[in-house]
Amino acid sequence: SDFCLFPADIISTVEFNYSGELLATGDKGGRVVIFQHEQESKNRPHLRGEYNVYSTFQSHEPEFDYLKSLEIEEKINKIRWLPQQNAAHFLLSTNDKTIKLWKISERDKRAEGYNLKDEDGRLRDPFRITSLRVPVLMPMDLMVEASPRRIFANAHTYHINSISVNSDHETYLSADDLRINLWHLEITDRSFNIVDIKPANMEELTEVITAAECHPHQCNVFVYSSSKGTIRLCDMRAAALCDRHSKFFEEPEDPSSRSFFSEIISSISDVKFSHSGRYMMTRDYLSVKVWDLNMENRPVETYQVHEYLRSKLCSLYENDCIFDKFECYSYWFFAIMTGSYNNFFRMFDRNTRRDITLEASRESSKPRATLKPRKVSTGGKRKKDEISVDSLDFNKKILHTAWHPKDNVIAVAATNNLYIFQDKIN
Amino acid sequence: MSEEVEGTRTLNEQQEMEDKVISPEKAEEAKLKARYPNLAPKHGGSDFLRKRLQQKGQKYFDSGDYNMAKAKMKNKQLPSAPTEKTEITGDHIPTPQDLPQRKTSIVTSKLAG
Repeated sequence: SDFCLFPADIISTVEFNYSGELLATGDKGGRVVIFQHEQESKNRPHLRGEYNVYSTFQSHEPEFDYLKSLEIEEKINKIRWLPQQNAAHFLLSTNDKTIKLWKISERDKRAEGYNLKDEDGRLRDPFRITSLRVPVLMPMDLMVEASPRRIFANAHTYHINSISVNSDHETYLSADDLRINLWHLEITDRSFNIVDIKPANMEELTEVITAAECHPHQCNVFVYSSSKGTIRLCDMRAAALCDRHSKFFEEPEDPSSRSFFSEIISSISDVKFSHSGRYMMTRDYLSVKVWDLNMENRPVETYQVHEYLRSKLCSLYENDCIFDKFECYSYWFFAIMTGSYNNFFRMFDRNTRRDITLEASRESSKPRATLKPRKVSTGGKRKKDEISVDSLDFNKKILHTAWHPKDNVIAVAATNNLYIFQDKIN
Repeated sequence: MSEEVEGTRTLNEQQEMEDKVISPEKAEEAKLKARYPNLAPKHGGSDFLRKRLQQKGQKYFDSGDYNMAKAKMKNKQLPSAPTEKTEITGDHIPTPQDLPQRKTSIVTSKLAG
């Protein structure tokens, strides 16, 4: 098995901004690295530009919870970009307890020729100034600065798993295991609690919140998923406290097939709306499901990610892999992408129903080479080029992936490595 | 009376065998139960969830303990290997700094029932 030498470098979240020009990654060490899409070079127009490092900054530091004597990890759980309103870029990054709004701005000019200051900053003697001049803006090497503009703290007793920017571009929600809060981007000392599923008696606790997302167009609607495989849609116009859902999505289960593992593998690790807002997709341990918001009693589509793991659940429970939280991402809801083990990731075409398994690893891919489809053999006979289920490396998990909002470019995080794959332009 | 009980048992066994054939999930469940007979019948109970809510990040005795541990980590070039500390005992009387980090006391294996 393979262990990461530098655990702080493990990538914990990946997200493109609205234009796809920037790609942000957060890691276990609390750092955010932003990549920028370089313009296509005139010499090689058949290749899309590459993504290069644009800015790196330390977003969160480890903290100590004095009340519980527990360390608060600096690991970045989620990054969400704000829509761009001016030259600067804004993003929200969160660890278990604190959300921060970061401003990333460029500086490529510097004023020179001040009257009261020397070029090195020393104050000039005012009596020696005999004439006035207007400072001139001179070009300088591009500097990208990241500064924290807002810190939204002390609103979560439990661990934050999701943040989602609302379509009103003024508010956003943050969700922990038991509660969801609504914030205004300008106000840091207050937030509204909109969902609270904490029971009066903690011994009655049966499920926790696993993910939450705002509707892409209706700023009063959001959804949250649970560890029991259910999704609740809530309407903030209906009540101030959305403990009662407006819609409840759950796939009926065949009681005869229920096992010890049923509830664990039904736990939803990610929920995402389609661009239209008509559909949503959820990721549980073995599958991705597409739901029509108008149909609560079952999903409209189910895609098997790695069904062959169903006969390995015992060992996956013993080594805790059964609790891994995979994310899913879609490209305009035509295609769905999600990760698996052994650095494999899966892509599903919703129209043709075709699916493909690809690998993100240095050994299997050279720069500019086409990725070869991979296959896991489940039966007794293993074909050449297939890998057997028992040879899969369960330490190599692809939990975080993202799709460019406009182009066929994907970002795949494999432990501490980031892979960016692009479609060739014809 | 005993004949009836025996008949029921055979029926249950038959059902279990059918389950194994039909559902790989149930076969895995049987495997787990064979290894851990004391396992709670239903996973996902409030005990497990409550542990999940609390357990994250290392537990320290107090903030002083935490700050000392952080200072130690800064001095080291590589991430400290926990095995190093266990070799110290036996050689000299250990001081609190030498002992491994105090593990959180609420951790019990989810398999211990």
